[in-house]
Amino acid sequence: MLGTHVSALLGAESAGAVEALELVDGFDATLVHGLARLDAERAGAVTALAGAFAASPLGERVAEAAAKVTAGAVAEDALIALAGARTALLGAVHDDLIATLDAAIGRERAAWAGENGKAGEADNLLSGCRAWLAELAIAGWRGVESDLVSGGSQAVEALYAKPDRRGLAVLLDGLAAELTAGSPLSTMAPLPSRRWADLWARGMMLSAADSLPGEPEEVSGRLLVLGLELQEHATVVRAQIHGVLETAAGKRLVRTGVAAGKTDTIVGPQVWSLLAGFPVLLGAVAEKKALELTGMTLLPGGDLVWDEEKAKPGEAVDPFATARLQLGEAVAPSAAPLERHPVRIAEPVFLQGYGHAAGAFVIDGHELPVALDRLPTAGPLTAALVASSTECVGLLRWDGRWFLQPLAVRATVKKATVDVHIGDWAMGPTDPKVAKALAKADAVAVLRERAGRLLRK
Amino acid sequence: MQPEAPEYEQSSTARVLPPVQPRKLAKVPFVELADGRLQGVVSSGSDIARVYVSSVEAGSHDYSCSTNNNRPCGGAGSYGTCKHVDALITEAVVQYGLRPVARYLRVELPEEGEPGAWELRRAMNGTLNRTEAAVVFSRFLHHLSYLELPVSTSPMVELNWFPAAGVTA
Ligand SMILES: [Zn+2]
Repeated sequence: MLGTHVSALLGAESAGAVEALELVDGFDATLVHGLARLDAERAGAVTALAGAFAASPLGERVAEAAAKVTAGAVAEDALIALAGARTALLGAVHDDLIATLDAAIGRERAAWAGENGKAGEADNLLSGCRAWLAELAIAGWRGVESDLVSGGSQAVEALYAKPDRRGLAVLLDGLAAELTAGSPLSTMAPLPSRRWADLWARGMMLSAADSLPGEPEEVSGRLLVLGLELQEHATVVRAQIHGVLETAAGKRLVRTGVAAGKTDTIVGPQVWSLLAGFPVLLGAVAEKKALELTGMTLLPGGDLVWDEEKAKPGEAVDPFATARLQLGEAVAPSAAPLERHPVRIAEPVFLQGYGHAAGAFVIDGHELPVALDRLPTAGPLTAALVASSTECVGLLRWDGRWFLQPLAVRATVKKATVDVHIGDWAMGPTDPKVAKALAKADAVAVLRERAGRLLRK
Repeated sequence: MQPEAPEYEQSSTARVLPPVQPRKLAKVPFVELADGRLQGVVSSGSDIARVYVSSVEAGSHDYSCSTNNNRPCGGAGSYGTCKHVDALITEAVVQYGLRPVARYLRVELPEEGEPGAWELRRAMNGTLNRTEAAVVFSRFLHHLSYLELPVSTSPMVELNWFPAAGVTA
């Protein structure tokens, strides 16, 4: 990224996005106090949300839902329609941000080729989730007490039995844990109203409709790794790998990821052992090798469904070289319509020749904030390394403003140039001190022993 | 530190849970602040197949300790807590930090100086009040069951809301 890119990215303003986010905030405030108790102002926010869809195909359904809810009839189908409206607004903000990003950095993006979501099939598991989410919305975050939080646990637990519902299970589990941690919610300050409304709406959409991934294709070619990011909450960890896929059809930006269940006490570099079943993928990440893929499934949103059987490690390829040379030529995928949300934006970029300010890189006088709070303790990349770096591979993200999430840096340490990647420890920490400490207090081994002894009695 | 509203309120990735500090799990594999109690599971020092379910109630600071089969712990009496309850408190302080545990249990700690688990322990004067071990024990088993889940290769857009937290710079 050059200074002109950063300037174009940070300087773009969209009146439409500001307006959409105001409507979102208005609706989110109704979830804070509960849809059962709408005062005039909050009822107005629900009506305004519906008003934004007056001229769209969603319009009639959302208007009807708003009328019902403001009249005090908070039924599940009305909540689904309102969650859909909020999702569509944030989808529009997403599209606006992506258009800004593509124009600013000159990224080429393929048009969405998949299908849109369709109504879900009748499913008892999902109706349990919807019912729980509806109760949360009626009570409002301020009115949610521990019985109501735990009321969803059975539905969530049942979801885990279905592999294709794992995303929803993980989402609702994460929301429930935060509601518990925030208690008593009647006095929690400040309350993360947009975040919880995001999770609520996403949960509602996932339990009301199947977000069709579109027609998958089988791809063969070479996957060049750009970097690895780690995602986690108390009971899940996921390694998400960003890369460039080279096939006969050209170069594309893709992601792939692997996830495992965990406990809140498995933290830092301990998490890698939970992903030990993916030595081909994580080995290539740790050892900086390309991956040769044969017939692997690629979804139209740009996600490779990882399969160890369909991949082999290839020759050594430096991710910095990939970022420097391939990133400009790779075509980015479009997100599936139901998945469009600003939080989902994670565009790989390469930076060099920048200066440093507190929590930011400075490129030709333009400050790009760097998310130092997203350097996981599981990896070797530290804030100090980022602060002394000269090159960086990272993800452009947006949460109220644009920022960079570093995945790897090239830095000068004691006059020597070192490359440090979050994924360096993907096969276990390479720092002998960390590895030794890990072996001495192996949380995963202790808990597996306990599980072996107590779970199957 | 209190996060700033409204930036916090309008953030999709606002952090709600404080980071959990790593601790050794051999002695106390499970600790939680839930149901109005600090509660958890303590491994028996002598019998690897036995665990104790220990708890301290918020507010009253009444404590309880029994085996997972609901047999009362001989060490916990009306005169004081047993080593299991003490270990539970110590490990909870490692995992969550002293002040969050004190706040949850509604224990007043001196503002000055650097109080530790010992001061927390001393400020509590509840009595033995046995609670059912089964609920906490089944929560522990549920907790362990996450390690038995099959790994997943599905894309999970949802996890964009849950970036791994680092040490705050
Ligand atoms: Zn005891």
